[in-house]
Amino acid sequence: METAPFPFDPADFFAALPAGHGRRLGIRYGAHGADWCQLVLPWREDLVGDPARGVIASGPIVALLDMATSVAVWMKRGGFLPHATLDLRVDYLRPATPRREVIGRGECYRVTRSVAFVRGIAHDGDPDDPVAHVAGTFMFTGVPA
Amino acid sequence: MTLPPYADLLGITLESSDGAPVLAMPFGADVIGRPGFVHGGALAGLLEMAAIVALKHALESEGRADTRIKPINVTVDFMRGGREKVTRAQGHVSRLGTRIANVETIAWQDDRERPVAAARMNFLLAGS
Repeated sequence: METAPFPFDPADFFAALPAGHGRRLGIRYGAHGADWCQLVLPWREDLVGDPARGVIASGPIVALLDMATSVAVWMKRGGFLPHATLDLRVDYLRPATPRREVIGRGECYRVTRSVAFVRGIAHDGDPDDPVAHVAGTFMFTGVPA
Repeated sequence: MTLPPYADLLGITLESSDGAPVLAMPFGADVIGRPGFVHGGALAGLLEMAAIVALKHALESEGRADTRIKPINVTVDFMRGGREKVTRAQGHVSRLGTRIANVETIAWQDDRERPVAAARMNFLLAGS
């Protein structure tokens, strides 16, 4: 029998985010629904990966999508339950526009007994012109296989 | 080789080795995910940076240092939790073509044979 999830509000979670990588990147809450979550990554000088053009590095975008899809799993499962990212695949569709914040939207579209399947996009203003696409899986920890 | 601002945020330093340089990322508040563990995003960032460093190293040794590189995609496998210690990563260019490069990267802590994460990246290469 699975442990009952404890209630989880992503807005509160990000408002009270302790020191760590997410807070260092400046990632904040955007919006959420029953099986999705949207987070925001600000443009910052110290996140740049291409100084000549001011384009943000791809690493923070992976971190953003990792967190957005992770929260989407908690939404889908009805609360905070322990899990670990098993894999993520990110396609970089185009460079993010310099000085514009990046929005990451993650969706959990399928949950099995031990694995959650997620997908999502990152965009910088227009969801129909995304900068990146993600697909990945999370495995539930603390659950017998 | 100069690293971008994002590599400084992660605290990455380069260590020379046979082949591509090894990247070292210390554990600290800036890379924590859940308590006591390295954030998956920081691990992915380290792996990507190691792939870029390996690719630039390979391009330099072919006299193509001016080539511009653009990431096409990355696939990251998370194998173990990264604990409160230094994480190292090294990339290996499995194929360096004229337009495409394929790079494999692993990240480890105590034992290179027990990786914490690994990534494959594909890059588009553009002449300067």
